[in-house]
Amino acid sequence: MSAREMAISTAAGPARWSRVVIYGLLIVFALFYLTPLFVMLSTSFKTLDEIRSGNILALPAHPTADAWGKAWGSACIGVTCEGIKGYFWNSIKMVVPAVLISTVLGALNGYVLTKWRFPGHRIVFGMMLFACFIPFQSVLIPMARVLGILGLSNTTAGLVMVHVVYGLGFTTLFFRNYYDTFPTELIQSAQMDGAGFFTIFRRILLPSSAPIIVVTVIYQFTNIWNDFLFGVSFASGGSSPMTVALNNLVSSSTGVKEYNVDMAAAVIAALPTLIVYIVAGRYFMRGLMAGAIKG
Amino acid sequence: MSVSPAPSLGKRLQDWLPRIVLAPSLALVLVFVYGFIVWTAVLSMSTSRLLPVYRWAGFDAYERLFNQPNWYVALKNLAIFGSIYIVVCIAIGLFLAILLDQKIRIEGVLRPIYLYPMALSFVVTGTAWKWFLNPGMGFEHAVRVITGWDTFRFDWITRPDMAIYTVAIAGIWQASGFVMAMFLAGLRGIDSEMLKAATVDGASTFTIYRRIVIPLLRPAFLSAVIVLAHMAIKSYDLVIALTGGGPGNATELPSTFMYSYTFTRSQMAVGSASAMVMLMGIAAIMVPYLYSELKEKNR
Repeated sequence: MSAREMAISTAAGPARWSRVVIYGLLIVFALFYLTPLFVMLSTSFKTLDEIRSGNILALPAHPTADAWGKAWGSACIGVTCEGIKGYFWNSIKMVVPAVLISTVLGALNGYVLTKWRFPGHRIVFGMMLFACFIPFQSVLIPMARVLGILGLSNTTAGLVMVHVVYGLGFTTLFFRNYYDTFPTELIQSAQMDGAGFFTIFRRILLPSSAPIIVVTVIYQFTNIWNDFLFGVSFASGGSSPMTVALNNLVSSSTGVKEYNVDMAAAVIAALPTLIVYIVAGRYFMRGLMAGAIKG
Repeated sequence: MSVSPAPSLGKRLQDWLPRIVLAPSLALVLVFVYGFIVWTAVLSMSTSRLLPVYRWAGFDAYERLFNQPNWYVALKNLAIFGSIYIVVCIAIGLFLAILLDQKIRIEGVLRPIYLYPMALSFVVTGTAWKWFLNPGMGFEHAVRVITGWDTFRFDWITRPDMAIYTVAIAGIWQASGFVMAMFLAGLRGIDSEMLKAATVDGASTFTIYRRIVIPLLRPAFLSAVIVLAHMAIKSYDLVIALTGGGPGNATELPSTFMYSYTFTRSQMAVGSASAMVMLMGIAAIMVPYLYSELKEKNR
């Protein structure tokens, strides 16, 4: 019997009422979490007139997708008025290679750190692990200098490099913890048969790595897509990622404040990670939990 | 791995292959993390202003940092924001986890609703809450229109004395569902035999939770505090998107202080010094935690 069953059996008499209260509380909290999303969505489908005359909790009376079109294609960000579409693609071009490279490197590192241990492997892992948690402010200035020297300032390639470097710790952590539980005997017998380093990885570990690959890809995708600090520090202007463009759009103080366009842009910026969450929430959670180390 | 009597070149290469594969990653981390931290430390002891200058100035920048009223505002705000954020996230998280653990039929619907904010970028969260908290057009206005309560006020975001609490509200909205999930995982891992014994002894549900279940959740509490403290110190995007550090400097945090002193106020040495202080704060929390986690695992 679990704690929950007990709660029911011990409160046999007034059980009905306590159930009502519990459900009521849970639903109130659900509303608290849903309201900002509802407000964002409903505002994005309203006209500016309706926003001024109505209230934010009301549904749009005459839903229109004009604000979405403007946010995507013609809203002014800085000096250009081409909407956020360019920045959206910047983010895609940044996320895809950064996720792939950091995941591949993490898988190989995890493999070496569990199945090909060498003296000092624990220190190496410890150093990579601590690297996950540093405040990035402490590497910001040197990184800006190095990107400048390499000619990668304000480029997507530069951001890819930054995200690979600072994502390595987490991807290595994920794969290391996963491969740690993988039976070493299998690898030893493959070695007896003359299989080499890469053959063992490709034939034995990789085929059973699907779950951890999904977790890692989702975790990296969400983190890199949502990053703001690196984007704003190293890629201002035309090569900005989506989050930086959104902030520029919302905080610009010229002209009429178009709240509906702001909200449409915010939803567009949130959409990729939200979709990933809806499609693969289970794996998303696993990544978050593993990122919190305990496990 | 093994050492044979007269290894050929190919064999020796095979032996070194794992280390060769790991080497690039290790080199990247050594240079870009640890090397850069040393570099920032050097800058924090230099006379750098607009650009890096490598002239030794000792702890001059640290002295200037701790003579900045603005830095104290940032530290005070971090203390207010951080403590509210951690305490309320844990309170809500634990409360929701316990409620959800009462055999709730719609748990599968509710859990993702509590958790989705964690998938959003802080910039999106900040943008949404900035609009929601807008006094003239947001929640305040809506309450006045709907209830007719014309003097209802909720203008914290524009008030220097209250704005930091709006940052906490938005942060709690984003992270409390995640804390709930951590506690729920802890609750589901508790041995039910022990609880059964307690029920047989006639303990009430409340007593069981207070005396047995919550003490057993200690590891989850520890993880939650560590994760939340770490996120609080690093918080940057949320403040920028929600209040931009304002009104005035009312919501300045160490992270925003570092950025503006380094990149807009041309006080690079002071900015570097503030970054080093942040790093030390994080290290004080994370190093003992990671150390104990690693030790535990290798037992």
